[in-house]
Amino acid sequence: MTTDADGVAIRARGLTRRFGKLVAVDHVDLEVPARRVYGFLGPNGSGKSTTIRMLCGLLTPSEGEIEVLGLRIPAQADELRPHIGYMTQKFSLFEDLSVRENLEFLAAIQGVPKAKTKARVDELIGQYHFGDRQKQLAGTMSGGQKQRLALACAVIHEPELLFLDEPTSAVDPESRRDFWEKLFELADIGTTLLVSTHLMDEAERCHRLAILDRGALVADGTPHELTAQLEGRTFIVETDNPRAAQHALVDTPGVLGVAQVGNTLRVLTGADGATPEMDKALAAAGQKARLAATPPNLEDVFVAATRKGDGDKERAA
Amino acid sequence: MNWRRLWAIVVKELRQMRRDRVTLAMIVGIPVIQLVLFGYAINTNPRDLHAGIVDQANTAGSRALVMDMLATGVVAPVARADTPQELMAMIRQGRISIGIVVPPDFERRRIDGRELAQVLVDGSDTAVQGAAAQLAQVPIDSARPDTRAPMTSTPVGGRISVVSFYNPQRRSAVNIVPGLIGVILTMTMVLFTAIAIVRERERGNMELLIATPLTSSELMVGKVLPYVAIGLVQTSVVLALGMWLFDVPIRGSVLDVYLASGLLILANLTLGLLISTRAQSQFQAMQMMIFVFLPSILLSGFMFPFAGMPRVVQWIAEVLPLTHFLRLIRGVMLRGASLWELWPDGLALLAFIVLMMTAAILRFRKRLD
Repeated sequence: MTTDADGVAIRARGLTRRFGKLVAVDHVDLEVPARRVYGFLGPNGSGKSTTIRMLCGLLTPSEGEIEVLGLRIPAQADELRPHIGYMTQKFSLFEDLSVRENLEFLAAIQGVPKAKTKARVDELIGQYHFGDRQKQLAGTMSGGQKQRLALACAVIHEPELLFLDEPTSAVDPESRRDFWEKLFELADIGTTLLVSTHLMDEAERCHRLAILDRGALVADGTPHELTAQLEGRTFIVETDNPRAAQHALVDTPGVLGVAQVGNTLRVLTGADGATPEMDKALAAAGQKARLAATPPNLEDVFVAATRKGDGDKERAA
Repeated sequence: MNWRRLWAIVVKELRQMRRDRVTLAMIVGIPVIQLVLFGYAINTNPRDLHAGIVDQANTAGSRALVMDMLATGVVAPVARADTPQELMAMIRQGRISIGIVVPPDFERRRIDGRELAQVLVDGSDTAVQGAAAQLAQVPIDSARPDTRAPMTSTPVGGRISVVSFYNPQRRSAVNIVPGLIGVILTMTMVLFTAIAIVRERERGNMELLIATPLTSSELMVGKVLPYVAIGLVQTSVVLALGMWLFDVPIRGSVLDVYLASGLLILANLTLGLLISTRAQSQFQAMQMMIFVFLPSILLSGFMFPFAGMPRVVQWIAEVLPLTHFLRLIRGVMLRGASLWELWPDGLALLAFIVLMMTAAILRFRKRLD
């Protein structure tokens, strides 16, 4: 099993999934490069989990074509399974088995040869720092430890491709940093990783990233490419009364989003910019405010991508 | 007590109940099933017990006597034989429950006022014993008067002797303990596997498992095997206690007892698996299991005589594994039959197992949709 000559691990065309009337994933086109960490950024309900489940053959798409590691999914899902690891959003290991027992169980299920199992389990216990907890029941561990164990179990058969569905949503920042170190180590040894998240700081770490909103893919590229497109459209507003200034700016033509950050406001404008309009609006509201350009971040990308199409309703969020 | 809060709870419960189809089915279904079964299907006076007849006299009088016994409706003739030995073999094989033997010297006995006939009874079922006693009370004088016999109108009951095999003292423990093995296995085994898959689905384990190369049949068979061992342990406990506390005999081979139990265990486990592939939650699985357990207890012949039930209900009972197991285990333990002699019930269980397992494997999808 290999990736394409051009180094693409996953290809999807027009991927769509409907649940009754609800369109959970709506004609998504994807190309995930091999040996990279590819991020799926989107709020809850944006179709991240559904997309991942379709890509690993757990859900049948309503429409569209998928090719993963050169295999057509879902038709060849059974052939794909030995080559992928899947870490579910909810902790899915056996809480009433110990760390070692969970690893041994998955080694057997994933077809790690019997002779190599002990060495592989020992290796993972070392790498993932479970040396003193091998006999602890998985259910009694902290959120961060559980995620580490889930990752260790997901990679026990050294899969070429790893799907991680919001792996760190229930983990403290410290554990999260360790966790991402592990992900990059895996990418270094040639694993392709597809990680979904709703956290901006995680998305920023990805080599490449797709932004999903209500089932549609609204942007994709490297974090740098994505932020670069917004150059000159983001501002910090310093004012004595941020709430009032926010009110004044929200309905200003050309403003896509206003978010309060402590005592300042962060403003995102449309492609044409809106500096004069903003000055006017602030003056009209009697606000003494200073407007300064600031480098765009992924949150701005996210706001820009998701507000593009849908009018002004949610602007005041 | 705040009435508004109280009412809020009541309304919430009713709303949830309305959306829970299985609970709704239970609310209506359980009373209906119970009422119909107890009122209509269950009849503690058995009728149409399978009977075998040996009429060695074959005179007008003997035929009249047999006709009179059949006219009670308690027995229905299913076999004729030439010797009492043949009848006894049929009883052991479970083909008949009652044998009627009219000796060759029937006419002489009638004149002499001796016993006229014998009723052979399968005592491994207490209900049958009661029915046999009823048969023996057939008024002899109703037999066609024979001109040569001066004493035809002797109104004496008790001129038909009842010979009860296998449990002559009518100790109920002897009947109940073998059946209890079946009831306990039905209760526990179905439940074990019924919740086995649902539990993993609820805990999220299933999503992990189906993303691995694990196949449906590996998962299903792997779920069943450990419980077979547990079921056999349960069987041993009931057997040991039954023998030790109640002197329940094992007249057939112990191996046959375990083979029969093994068949029932597998039948129940595979049935549980099938439930498991359907149920959405552990609670729902338990509810579904009750729908199997209730008819099993009531219709299998464990509590009430199978022979007393209407034909349609008997068909339903034939679908339940416990019905077949009871015939097997009573045959082996109490009548000393071998499993080979009881092959139709063994075959029925085997077919049930294959059917359930296949259905469970086919129903289980390695997909989330």
